[in-house]
Amino acid sequence: MSFGFPELAAIRLGFGLSPLTPPPADVEAVLAGPANAGPGPEAMTTEKASEIATRFRTGLKARRENRPEPPEAKKADRQLGTMLVEDLRRRTIRALEDPIGFGERLVQFWSDHFTTRATNKVNNALALAFVDEAIRPHVNGRFEDMFFAADTHPMMLVYLDQISSRGPNSPFVRRRSERRLGLNENLAREAMELHSLGVGASYDQKDVRELAELLTGLSFSHQEGFAFRPQWAEPGAETVLGQSYGGQRRGGLDDIRAALRDIARRPETASYLSRKLAVHFVSDDPSEDLVEALAATWRDSGGDLPQVYRVLVSHPEMESGLRAKVRQPFDFCVAGLRALGIRGKQIAGLELADFRRAVWGPIEAMGQPWARPKGPDGWPEDADAWVGPQTLAARINWSLRVPRQLLRELPDPREMLVSTFGGTQSEPLAWAVPKAESAAEGVALILASSDFNRR
Amino acid sequence: MLTLDRRLFLKGAALIGCSAAAHPLMSSMTFAALPGENRLVVIILRGAMDGLDAIQPYGDPMLRKLRSKLSVGPDAGAFDLDGFYALHPRLEPLLPLWKKGELAFAHAVSTPYRDKRSHFDGQDVLEAGTGNDLPVDRRVGGWLNRLLQVTPGATAETAYSVGVEQMKILSGKAAHLSWAPRTSLNLSAQAQMLLEHVYHDDPLFRAAAQDAVQISAEENSDGDKMSGPSAGAQALAAFAASRLNGDSRIAAFSIPGWDTHANQPVVLGRGLERLAAAILKLREGLGDNWGRTTVLAMTEFGRTVRENGSGGTDHGTGGVLLMAGGAIRGGRAYGDWPGLGEGQLYADRDLMPVRDIRAYAAWAMHGLFGIKRDALEGAVFPGLDLGGDPGMLA
Repeated sequence: MSFGFPELAAIRLGFGLSPLTPPPADVEAVLAGPANAGPGPEAMTTEKASEIATRFRTGLKARRENRPEPPEAKKADRQLGTMLVEDLRRRTIRALEDPIGFGERLVQFWSDHFTTRATNKVNNALALAFVDEAIRPHVNGRFEDMFFAADTHPMMLVYLDQISSRGPNSPFVRRRSERRLGLNENLAREAMELHSLGVGASYDQKDVRELAELLTGLSFSHQEGFAFRPQWAEPGAETVLGQSYGGQRRGGLDDIRAALRDIARRPETASYLSRKLAVHFVSDDPSEDLVEALAATWRDSGGDLPQVYRVLVSHPEMESGLRAKVRQPFDFCVAGLRALGIRGKQIAGLELADFRRAVWGPIEAMGQPWARPKGPDGWPEDADAWVGPQTLAARINWSLRVPRQLLRELPDPREMLVSTFGGTQSEPLAWAVPKAESAAEGVALILASSDFNRR
Repeated sequence: MLTLDRRLFLKGAALIGCSAAAHPLMSSMTFAALPGENRLVVIILRGAMDGLDAIQPYGDPMLRKLRSKLSVGPDAGAFDLDGFYALHPRLEPLLPLWKKGELAFAHAVSTPYRDKRSHFDGQDVLEAGTGNDLPVDRRVGGWLNRLLQVTPGATAETAYSVGVEQMKILSGKAAHLSWAPRTSLNLSAQAQMLLEHVYHDDPLFRAAAQDAVQISAEENSDGDKMSGPSAGAQALAAFAASRLNGDSRIAAFSIPGWDTHANQPVVLGRGLERLAAAILKLREGLGDNWGRTTVLAMTEFGRTVRENGSGGTDHGTGGVLLMAGGAIRGGRAYGDWPGLGEGQLYADRDLMPVRDIRAYAAWAMHGLFGIKRDALEGAVFPGLDLGGDPGMLA
């Protein structure tokens, strides 16, 4: 059986083939995904997140004071307690309903590129707002807009400690010299090292410090919301990568926007992110040719993402080196559900406990606890990071258990082999599947195979 | 929950078996009793049990010529039953049943399915109960469901599908209940072998799978011991018995793990232990009701008469039907023996089927529930010729 662009694009750029949806006919079909990856009707906002957080805190306060918890506080507590699971469910549903999946794969990619994490339950809703407000609106837009939205979003300010950073010479600090307040470089450093230029680029500690000083003034609290507070800001101009910002006309947020825009437009950012895209979608070790093709378009277009995606999708390398990548656990589960012909609606109808059993728990066992990455650099890309004895056992376990949990009638493994791989299946797998002793084991074999766990 | 899910079992030399907490599908529906006190349990043995090893026709001298290591008969510890057949050593727990007349078998039986020898198709045909006049169509529903449709007074409570394994035998228009215990699922030996094959050319996956064996051994050494190899089958049987003591009269479940292409003494031994444990659990759980119970253990087809090169057997045709229960006339073999000599094998490789396995099931339903011959031949097993009554019910 022959295969071509449609199958390869579905497997490498989307969440795999499905018996319900045809694979993309051409490049345009793939690129329609990111155009539809914007915030949905159920999008979380910072405002809503703060409202829930504030209610939750009235409960904490009541408990501290030995007063009965108000019912609306209890409700907020429950909401926050299940919010990340419901978020995973929402993302799973959108991934299943995206005809190809490229759009939702990009949401995953960019949310991970701009990693945040709610380390305190009170911020669980804010973590959702981050994706809906900073990532989704810009997935099919310009990188510099996403960069600014992400690195000034309340969730990022909280996660990378920006809310505790104060200009050492700011009026706020000078009035409180006894409190030893000062600069926190965390966000400034990651903005350059992880989010744009890459660690290999030619910036130095002075650039980090000056950007950190420029970022002072960004503030957020659930009570008072997001604000630029001039009294926290370091006075005077800051020079970042040779460019001066601020100066006499202290522009606050506008200076920050200008600085981040200039960083986003640098060629190092084009190269760093082009490589990262190629590594994520094509190979742990992509060719220079592919990376340079992406970077050239990035530079020429000023980081216009749809144009960059187009180069990626239509590059000849999409047709070679299939299965260089291992599907990350979330991608694996979504691809598995798709291959089983399960629709978003069915996931939406599951009891929460059943959804936990089908996706939330398994991806944790596979090494990717949802919304809980280990550090600001996000999830690893290399295949080795995802395939160890424990985590492979979890993948096999899922393959054996979840199809029977969710389906009354399992697909015929021989038909599923065709609908899942569209001719890309390896000879050993094609040999083995018909020899399984039951449909359940045939299905498990397909899902646990290295063919399926790679893309 | 996660640590339970990750519980692994040490199996073989190179690969892992995985367990999983199964999802309870318990649901409550209407309650009403099927008229009558007789009970039927159907156990599907998925993977094609080697009938010639389970019930060894050692009295046929050809057997030793075709098999030297397997099915050796009483000389290798099997229990002589009647001077011609011997019971596999690992079925020893069932020997008392044979002696009491509560265990019987019909050798050289099969469904009408022939030649392609696919597990999936074979099981579909077995559970659908259809003949070759119909294409292999997995959407026609199962024969136990059609039994419910022709049984006056049958309700949802009458029949239970037990276990996580999908039971097509009970699928169809008539309502029935299903239930699965929280028990562990393991990859069968065959699936482990196949997975090993699939990972073989991928060093990353191959290495991870190998190391997982050690981890699983460590995890199991200090893990809980709630699940022996037969615990799953026993749990199914215990639940089935509890329902059958109530308003249910029909239960179906399956026991996987019979695809013994290699290392048959170990793999088949394990399967037979599970089967014996399940039958004994049914007997124990049913108490006095055991006397009104018929258990049919059916497999999709038999295996090759000759041993293969890896200590196993490959997919064949004729197999064995095991029957148990206080309602049967046991302690005897039913049906004719086709022989293993020149020209007596099917396609020169398999045991020749001498009777349609559906005929035994049909006669059981006739005896237990009073289903008429025309309903059995027209509705439950369309196109089947029932033939004469083998008289296996007491």
